[in-house]
Amino acid sequence: MSPTPSSALHLAVALDGTGWHPASWREPVARPRDLFTAAYWADLVTEAERGLLDFVTIEDGLGLQSSHFLDPDERTDQVRGRLDAVLVASRVAPLTRHIGLVPTVVSTHTEPFHISKAIATLDHVSTGRAGLRVQLTARPNEAAHFGRRTIARIEAYDSPATQDVVTDLFDETADHVEAVRRLWDSWEDDAEIRDTTTGRFIDRDKLHYIDFEGRHFSVKGPSITPRPPQGQPIVSALAHDTVPYRLVARAADIGYVTPYDADEARAIVAQIRAEQNAAGRAAEPLHVFGDLLVLLDDDPGAATARRERLDELAGQPYTSDALTFAGTPAQLADLLQELQGAGLSGFRLRPAVAGHDLPAITRGLVPELQRRGAFRRAYEADTLRGLLGLARPANRYTAA
Amino acid sequence: MTKPLKQIHLAAHFPGVNNTTVWSDPRAGSHIEFSSFAHFARTAERAKFDFLFLAEGLRLREQGGHIYDLDVVGRPDTFTVLAALAAVTEHLGLTGTINSTFNEPYEVARQFASLDHLSGGRSAWNVVTSWDAFTGENFRRGGFLPQDERYSRAKEFLATAGELFDSWHGDEIIADQETGTFLRDAKAGAFVHTGQHFDIHGQFNVPRSPQGRPVVFQAGDSEEGREFAAAEADAIFSRHGTLEAGRAFYTDVKSRMAKYGRRPDQLLILPAATFALADTDAEAEELAREVRRQQVSGATALKHLEFVWNRDLSAYDPEGPLPDIDPDVGDDHISQGRAQVRMYRDPVATAREWRELAAANKWSIRDLVINTGNRQNFVGSPATLATTIDDFVQADASDGFILVPHITPTGLDEFADKVVPLLQERGVFRTEYEGTTLRDHLGLAHPDETPAGRIAS
Repeated sequence: MSPTPSSALHLAVALDGTGWHPASWREPVARPRDLFTAAYWADLVTEAERGLLDFVTIEDGLGLQSSHFLDPDERTDQVRGRLDAVLVASRVAPLTRHIGLVPTVVSTHTEPFHISKAIATLDHVSTGRAGLRVQLTARPNEAAHFGRRTIARIEAYDSPATQDVVTDLFDETADHVEAVRRLWDSWEDDAEIRDTTTGRFIDRDKLHYIDFEGRHFSVKGPSITPRPPQGQPIVSALAHDTVPYRLVARAADIGYVTPYDADEARAIVAQIRAEQNAAGRAAEPLHVFGDLLVLLDDDPGAATARRERLDELAGQPYTSDALTFAGTPAQLADLLQELQGAGLSGFRLRPAVAGHDLPAITRGLVPELQRRGAFRRAYEADTLRGLLGLARPANRYTAA
Repeated sequence: MTKPLKQIHLAAHFPGVNNTTVWSDPRAGSHIEFSSFAHFARTAERAKFDFLFLAEGLRLREQGGHIYDLDVVGRPDTFTVLAALAAVTEHLGLTGTINSTFNEPYEVARQFASLDHLSGGRSAWNVVTSWDAFTGENFRRGGFLPQDERYSRAKEFLATAGELFDSWHGDEIIADQETGTFLRDAKAGAFVHTGQHFDIHGQFNVPRSPQGRPVVFQAGDSEEGREFAAAEADAIFSRHGTLEAGRAFYTDVKSRMAKYGRRPDQLLILPAATFALADTDAEAEELAREVRRQQVSGATALKHLEFVWNRDLSAYDPEGPLPDIDPDVGDDHISQGRAQVRMYRDPVATAREWRELAAANKWSIRDLVINTGNRQNFVGSPATLATTIDDFVQADASDGFILVPHITPTGLDEFADKVVPLLQERGVFRTEYEGTTLRDHLGLAHPDETPAGRIAS
């Protein structure tokens, strides 16, 4: 088994319902009636593991999906409804052995204490393969599902008021991640001593109050769940602009970004590195992954035709925040390597049709990258950190 | 004509953060690693148990201002571990204790509905409340609720979650690939709830789950708790160890149900029970004594006395006589984060009684705690345990038991191998699962078959 070459890129896949194209559920392979079963998710994640991917992310939300950014759309022609992503990840964890599991967690209405122990437990359950993809929500309807705060409505995207709302939500998310991370460290690794001579189960000097005080919440700690196997599971976030880049730079291990070409990728990476310097984290490893929506077929014409067919079924062309790629696995491999040259260390691919494009990634793209010496031929580590080349972090509370 | 034999319900409580657990035993394994949970769950399923039960605690216990370090400390997240257990079992019900004080209905309802989907209809919710600001320090809510608002929030929380579960009827998802209709109704999941504790509206985003709603458990023995259970719960997790106390509780709670329009068989009474099992009754008695000594070290005995005295007693010798000073009856309590502090309602009288008892028996502090504290509910050979458990249930002292072994994770193995077959021979316990959902195992109707809006009323 040859070790992964240093030029290797990292590959993740973003799972969302039947796929990212709104008409994906109408494809014969889509299985839309199985969406709310464990078997459906087990099949997708085991397929991703078959392709030796680094990890899967699982989308989530605290309201029904919508084609509008801020409001429900009352559409009945697209997939609506989803299961809790952390529970989906946990349900598939015992069925897989190597692949990382990164559910989406909405920071805006959840408790850092609950999230911290849930992801720590996902890490225990998967023996070191957990992460989280943190996301905030500015949707008024989702705030109304909780009823304990109102979030000022975004009327104009470029107004100063909007900037304030958005910056505040991102600052709160950074606080959320900080509290979660402190809770992961609130138990030292060797806190459980089982000292039968003194009758002490733990050394309580190795448990720590985190005393987090933020503007929106405070958390005392320590966690009720011991430090997870990875010490710190992976934290990731999607980012499109300066304020979110700042969150990635301050709080994340992986940032997902959406460049349309190599020049844009280079500019985004530079901006994130600058924010990382400003945050005093310049020395810490931070992956920047490119997000791409993909339609893959062996014949480039078939991929384009499929895209057109899906757009026609949807009633309009699907536009994404990310670059949409329609072509062959070899063409995609070319593009990924070009973007990698611009400073991206990995990619999170969004299959347009999960039942079609996920196997095309694992059985088409992955072998193509392997032929080029650009992707692993076997899992080389047991933990997600290990796959990503990230060391297990020291505990911030351990006395030097 | 003789009365038909009642069928016994059995469940397994994962041994964790409590002084039942004997962590010092060489056989004691991890209480965190998934392999422990998987072993325990597979044993329970092999024995055809109804469900596995997880307790909860949202802040580490403290005594005298320090984290309590003499029992097992630490536990995984309930929902996450139950979802993973759904992958390694096929029939076993998955019961999680989830607090209604430090959660929000939308989030908890979607977690239970998700767990029910991901387990094929095996989820159950033990609804508990918190009273202490101590736990609140870990949450956005902070603070706490006055005693009289705890149940009102819990009731409204459960009612609101019920409205969310019922906001999907089960026929909305058409997913017709030909016509392009995914949802029958754009308003699927619509809800509005306006009340004292929750004022929320919108659309729930998890379709109706296999059981419609999780099975609802209630724990707690207060007057309010009994009424709450009689009105709302599918099962009660109680702690009445003797036949007499069990019968009195059983009769009391079931008699309260009629005024809520419910039949006695719509609520199962399942006390927690510990056991000491060995080949012979004499060996089991010896084992029970030994386990008790392992559970109550000198240090543990002193800490137990501190619950009553509400003072630092660390200067006392656990092998010596009881303190002759009286308990501190101030408002602040030396122990935080555990329910037991409320057990002794009159600490001065308890202290006097204990001193007299110790003097009369020449007991040390440790002897006293060993002899007055919790004991194994069932002690004996497999035949003795099977008979005793069956007698309890046939006498209507309970509908079954939630067993709490003292060893993690193998503490259930011997019971599964030796006692369960005897219960099966008696014809009082299933030899195969007859259904797939937890409601099937418990003999509870599917919510769609009962008058609508029971929880939501």
